[in-house]
Amino acid sequence: MYSDKVMDHFTNPRNVGEIPDADGIGKVGNPQCGDVMWLYIKVKDDIITDIKFKTFGCGAAIATSSMITELAKGKTVEEAKVISRGDVANALEGLPPQKLHCSNLAADALREAIKDYEAKKATKG
Amino acid sequence: MTAGKRRSIYFDHSATTSVLPEVADAMRPYFSDKYGNASSLHSFGREARSSIERARASVASLLGCDPSEVFFTSSGTEADNLAISGVATYRGRSKGHIITTAIEHHAVLEPCERLRRLGFDLTLVPVSKDGIVDSGDVERAVRDDTVLISVMMANNEIGTIQPYKEVGSIAASHGIPFHTDAVQAIGKLPINVKADRVDLLSLSAHKFHGPKGVGALYVKKGTEIEPMIRGGGQERGLRSSTENVPGIVGLGVAAEIAKRDRERTCSKMKGLRDKLIEEIPRLVPRAYLNGHPTKRLVNNAHFRFDFIEGEGLILQLDLKGVAASTGSACSTGSPDPSHVLLAMGISHEQAHGSLRLTLGRDNTEEEVVYLLGVLPEVVSRLREISPFNESRPITQGEGGSRV
Repeated sequence: MYSDKVMDHFTNPRNVGEIPDADGIGKVGNPQCGDVMWLYIKVKDDIITDIKFKTFGCGAAIATSSMITELAKGKTVEEAKVISRGDVANALEGLPPQKLHCSNLAADALREAIKDYEAKKATKG
Repeated sequence: MTAGKRRSIYFDHSATTSVLPEVADAMRPYFSDKYGNASSLHSFGREARSSIERARASVASLLGCDPSEVFFTSSGTEADNLAISGVATYRGRSKGHIITTAIEHHAVLEPCERLRRLGFDLTLVPVSKDGIVDSGDVERAVRDDTVLISVMMANNEIGTIQPYKEVGSIAASHGIPFHTDAVQAIGKLPINVKADRVDLLSLSAHKFHGPKGVGALYVKKGTEIEPMIRGGGQERGLRSSTENVPGIVGLGVAAEIAKRDRERTCSKMKGLRDKLIEEIPRLVPRAYLNGHPTKRLVNNAHFRFDFIEGEGLILQLDLKGVAASTGSACSTGSPDPSHVLLAMGISHEQAHGSLRLTLGRDNTEEEVVYLLGVLPEVVSRLREISPFNESRPITQGEGGSRV
């Protein structure tokens, strides 16, 4: 039911972990629904230099988390903002219809992390 | 995936089982040589007819009923639908009260829900935290207009054995037809529908080493029931359509084997099940057994693991060559956690992290030992990815704003 790409990212997830001094953190999902993603970003000179995730969820949730870290790493904040759920699903060579919400979750987690980074930056001012 | 050395261990016998060679051999002639229609008068037809009647006698002998009380269907699901809708709507009845349980298979719950939408009242009897119905609750739910009680013999997800004999006598004392879904129980529990006071019983061949696409409904003589499939009047008018002769022959042989081998295969499976139940919570931290430890099918071991989600576990085990499931194969793909676990009072979060291991007659101790070897590593790998752990447990609404 999953593409080889999904299975690859599920079995060897990239960038698993946490960043203790992260510049932005995005936490999305709900354990009641069986999916929770926490995404940590480190930003330097407007570029996402490091990104890590922790995910509670199904195979697709883990694979989409892993994939979005690959898509976002090295991008500018503005570039990362436009990474869509479709980009995540496409990069994974598709997702089963009932698992498409996982790609939404991953895209949302990244956006939340960026929002958090921008809010922190604004207060630091 | 590495081919070649990959192991292949099957621990998902509640989803389906292999067709035993004896069963396949018995079926084979009925595809190409003995292909008659059992309703035909000629020799081809008579050959098909007599093979069906032999199979009917085998199923009757397994259940302890008369062969004329056995009706072949296309599946356990069809048998459940026929029992529920066929009894409840007998002679155009459009209202009345149905009692069933919160942990039934969807093949029972869905037709009951449909009848509720059509005007029937429905009582879903709850279960204890061990996953067992209280027969007293069933009796207290009985009303003057109760038309049917349906309580499964054993649960398909967690394997808990329900008090079907008690419910059978309660139903009999009130004169209410009693249906039981015995799909998971065949070959694992000793069944005698007369002693157990069962009026209708559903079974499915592929759950006990018969072929897919064939099941049966036992209907006690005199039970008021209406057909759902109408046509040429086969199965004494209760279930029209040309009989699936090879399938029915296979079901008959599988029933004979289930009866013949039950005690031997059950004692073997029970030994392996108890090893899983004892060892898994010992080897894996924060792993718990779901369902009553002993009032459960000899082949079912069902666990939940904190901090992880079940599908990842199944995929990881599959990569190690072990086939298992999170719950019922029928609802895989649905994001909702099991209605059975929720009915037992297990939280949504915990219900997501479940693993069902269901043994079969050919599983070995060595296979169980292999699983016990790989499981702790697989669980801890998934826990490394999870944001939750001992020091940061899951709390309600944890995660973020978006659902």
